[in-house]
Amino acid sequence: MNGCYHQTVDQPKTPRTYLLVLLFVGLRGFGNLLLAWGTKHLPAALGVHPAAYLQAMLDPAVAAGIAMLIFSLFTRMALLSVADLSFVLPVTAVGYVLAAALGKLFLHEEVTAVRWLAAFLIFAGVAVVGSTPQNTTKEACAK
Amino acid sequence: MKWLLVAITVLATALADLLQSYELKRAGEQSVSARGIARLAVVVARRRYLILSIVCYAFSFFAFMALVQSQPLSFAVPASAASFILETIAAKLVLREQVRPRRAAGTLLVLCGIILLAH
Repeated sequence: MNGCYHQTVDQPKTPRTYLLVLLFVGLRGFGNLLLAWGTKHLPAALGVHPAAYLQAMLDPAVAAGIAMLIFSLFTRMALLSVADLSFVLPVTAVGYVLAAALGKLFLHEEVTAVRWLAAFLIFAGVAVVGSTPQNTTKEACAK
Repeated sequence: MKWLLVAITVLATALADLLQSYELKRAGEQSVSARGIARLAVVVARRRYLILSIVCYAFSFFAFMALVQSQPLSFAVPASAASFILETIAAKLVLREQVRPRRAAGTLLVLCGIILLAH
């Protein structure tokens, strides 16, 4: 494809990769929290009408949540430029644990013993995947 | 309605991630400094697959926004994680990433955790 081909490589992780993961997880967790909190306090249901979504974006919490999610999108793009998708997906799944914890803390959602077990499984999986090389492919293009 | 919203979120997210992973590897290493984000925005504007991935994210985002309004965040987030399986398989088959036993085992542990989280 356009003179490009895949090479198989094993690229070790760098502190920058971990920093990008932490930044992404934090931004997405708090962005989702603000979005959930803001939309739950809207006077009417969103439904399918686009105008309702535009109106919702004027809410300060929703707007702040969207801004954080946009920045998290750029952070994830930077992460995907240096790491495999199959590495990024499980490692950033720590965000699901953060979402449950934030839901309990700020939205008073129930977190049962089963969910704490789920959190343990996610952390264990992240630790295992985190021990694999971050990038196993390299796109090489002919000049 | 809630499962339709979950389906739109999952499919749009999977397609967006695949397009981004493929195209960003070709674009080279990116950063999130002020200059890095400006450069990344230019990269996105110049590459069709990245623009298409943003459109997919928009669909995914609005479906997710409607989902979190009517369902608990602790349901909406794990339910939308069904894209996990789809994307890992596609990463191996389409992007030709090396999903070796250790990474596959870790991914399965995470997946079990996400499914449990939904209960």
